[in-house]
Amino acid sequence: MFSHTCPIFLHNYIILMAKITFITHENKNHTVDVQNGLSVMEGAVQNDVPGIDADCGGGMACATCHVYVKDEWFDKLPAKEDGEEDMLDMAFEPKKNSRLSCQIIVSDDLDGLEVSIPSKQS
Amino acid sequence: MNKTDALIIGAGPTGLFTAHQLKLIGLNCEIVDNLDKIGGQCIELYPDKPIYDIPAVPECTGEELTNNLINQIKPFDIKIHLNERVDEVKKEGDYWIVKTNNDKKFSTPNVIIAGGVGSFEPRKFPVKECEKFENKSLFYSIRDKKIFEGKTVSIFGGGDSALDWAVELSKNSKVNLIHRRDDFRGAQATVDTVNELAKEGKINLYTKYQMSSIEGDDQVKSIDIKNDNNETKNLKTDYVLGFFGLIMQLGPIANWGLNIDKKTIEVDTEKFETNQKGIYAVGDICNYPGKLKLILSGFHEGALAARACFKLARPDEKYRFEFTTSSKTIKERLGVKGD
Repeated sequence: MFSHTCPIFLHNYIILMAKITFITHENKNHTVDVQNGLSVMEGAVQNDVPGIDADCGGGMACATCHVYVKDEWFDKLPAKEDGEEDMLDMAFEPKKNSRLSCQIIVSDDLDGLEVSIPSKQS
Repeated sequence: MNKTDALIIGAGPTGLFTAHQLKLIGLNCEIVDNLDKIGGQCIELYPDKPIYDIPAVPECTGEELTNNLINQIKPFDIKIHLNERVDEVKKEGDYWIVKTNNDKKFSTPNVIIAGGVGSFEPRKFPVKECEKFENKSLFYSIRDKKIFEGKTVSIFGGGDSALDWAVELSKNSKVNLIHRRDDFRGAQATVDTVNELAKEGKINLYTKYQMSSIEGDDQVKSIDIKNDNNETKNLKTDYVLGFFGLIMQLGPIANWGLNIDKKTIEVDTEKFETNQKGIYAVGDICNYPGKLKLILSGFHEGALAARACFKLARPDEKYRFEFTTSSKTIKERLGVKGD
């Protein structure tokens, strides 16, 4: 009961979010709040950001949630796991800064992350 | 014209189990699939990956799951039409007339779409002009390798298909192998062979390059390839091959007058029927409040859709619910001895 009113405990009720910006191929910005622990792909799908298909639902099996990560963010992301680079071989126009957004898990460190969406996913 | 009580589109786990349910309640069915093998995504995308959430099966691979489902429908003689993509679904009276890309025709009161995320198609080159040469001098699969004899062939890709064909075609053709990075994901033995052949000058290897443009009139004459530092090379070539795996496309399903939202089809949760009477959608391709894209959900959806099919296939009969443990009729259908 005490915890409901005491500000020290208030953080228990706050869901931690990070702001993620998606830049579409037509140069439109979509900035959305994504809950920590979700993937960047899930953030896009839940907020109806166009251009992220995510056909396999996050199984790293389809390469249709492909994004280009803004250069200043690319090195801050956790390294790719085995298999992500293999899937990127099949992505549409992969580049040096390509990632699969289903493999980027949102945390406080990623607040402000900017990614661009390719012209097509397949 | 093939006449059947229900036609299932898609031979993945959901399609296979739906067929089982239909046969169990005494209806006929046939299955159509665009792939050349049974199993859908389980076989095409993750045959070796373990699955942990099939009820009562603590762990199995996509391939094992498929094989078990095939075994489960063995007692029933179900026709499975592979390499057939359904292109058209049209109403004629009380029946749906279904046509495939190879002109196979079906007449049925019930169509069950168990199509996953659509049909698998080869992934294509991002360069738009490639379309012009497709199936003439640019291919995504090989039907007749003889046409490449004595010619220059540029192969793109880093998986087994690209590597295997590079090795094979290097015997009688001049081969360029182009891949976007240094690592190949194909089998190590084949990678070693490719590197050997590259050393001997039998394969020209271009890593960290991708296609940037393609030139020619009727036939391809040359391609430009570019690396991350924007360095471009021009390669003369007679043929271009791209091996980038398969992608799922919703394809013709979009034209059948169904309510489609984000590549999924809206259904009710009683019959898993779409907005068109007698067309159902089950498995990953269907959508309703609370939908989970799990194989187990597909099984449930298929079981209910099968019961709904009964009404349209046998309008004068009443469906009676029975358990497999006790029903004599079901045991007869399964070909097992009652006790």
